[in-house]
Amino acid sequence: MATIETHKSSGIGKDLVVYICLLVLAGVQFMIAYQNISASQMFVRMLAVACIEAGIAVLFFMHLWSEKRAFLAFVIVFTISVLLGMQYGWTDSTRMVTGAPFSEVQ
Amino acid sequence: MSQADLTMEGHSTAPMVGPIFSIPTKKFAMWLFIIADTMTFAACLVAYGFLRNGSPNWPRPFHSITNVAVMTLVLLTSSLTMLIGLRAAHAGDKPRAFRWVMITALLGIVFAALHIREWLGLIDEGMRLFKNPWGTGLFGASFFTITGLHLTHVVSGIVALLAVGVRYKSGRYNADDIEVLGLYWHFVDLVWMFVVPFVYLLNLSH
Repeated sequence: MATIETHKSSGIGKDLVVYICLLVLAGVQFMIAYQNISASQMFVRMLAVACIEAGIAVLFFMHLWSEKRAFLAFVIVFTISVLLGMQYGWTDSTRMVTGAPFSEVQ
Repeated sequence: MSQADLTMEGHSTAPMVGPIFSIPTKKFAMWLFIIADTMTFAACLVAYGFLRNGSPNWPRPFHSITNVAVMTLVLLTSSLTMLIGLRAAHAGDKPRAFRWVMITALLGIVFAALHIREWLGLIDEGMRLFKNPWGTGLFGASFFTITGLHLTHVVSGIVALLAVGVRYKSGRYNADDIEVLGLYWHFVDLVWMFVVPFVYLLNLSH
């Protein structure tokens, strides 16, 4: 496997750096929780940090960065497609939350 | 394997095609599972977001971040130990790889124990699946669903770590199997990075 050779050649040092980065980013999330900001601002900031954390974890802990570029592109495109495909349910969810289905029509 | 081996009774067959993207089939299957599971967790978190947004009396029952911070530290550290085990497996150091995989499983058990202790604390305070003393009953349902789904993944991962670790030590599995399992374990860690802010930190009582 191509990726195995890459794993062998790089030492534990890179993993430690990534681990520390993730710890720091997790710490940032905890700090955001104590900021005096609105819930929506807090949500956006936490989501941004979580996405960065997830990106680092996928690329380096899960070694996606060491895989072939075609596979990297496949995973990214497929994941985004799956997440976008999920969005068709949002409108129904909105109606559920507002409790007034088709209120504008009626 | 020669072309002649692929020919059966005069019917020539197409040459064998290698694995897609030149990665092992098991690894590819695990990636597909991870993408599908991403959708499961994303759906749960989006539904949780809608419920939280639509409920005026959403409770904020968490007084301290200590427990969740320790849980995060334990889970992140378990990802590092998994990586060390994987490197040892790729280097052919079987005893070392087995040891680190078992350490990863142990950290997973610690995480699960902390999680269950937290659940019991909340249940002790009166939180149930459909009611709690602080606000809308939807909180309990969404909290237990999301954290329960994650905990189920962790427990499944612990069982897999123990099973694969033992079979790797006995020679029935190889480093590739450790790598596939590592992908799953890192994914469990990745999901926690989203669960912590949305389920815990946004519901801190300041």
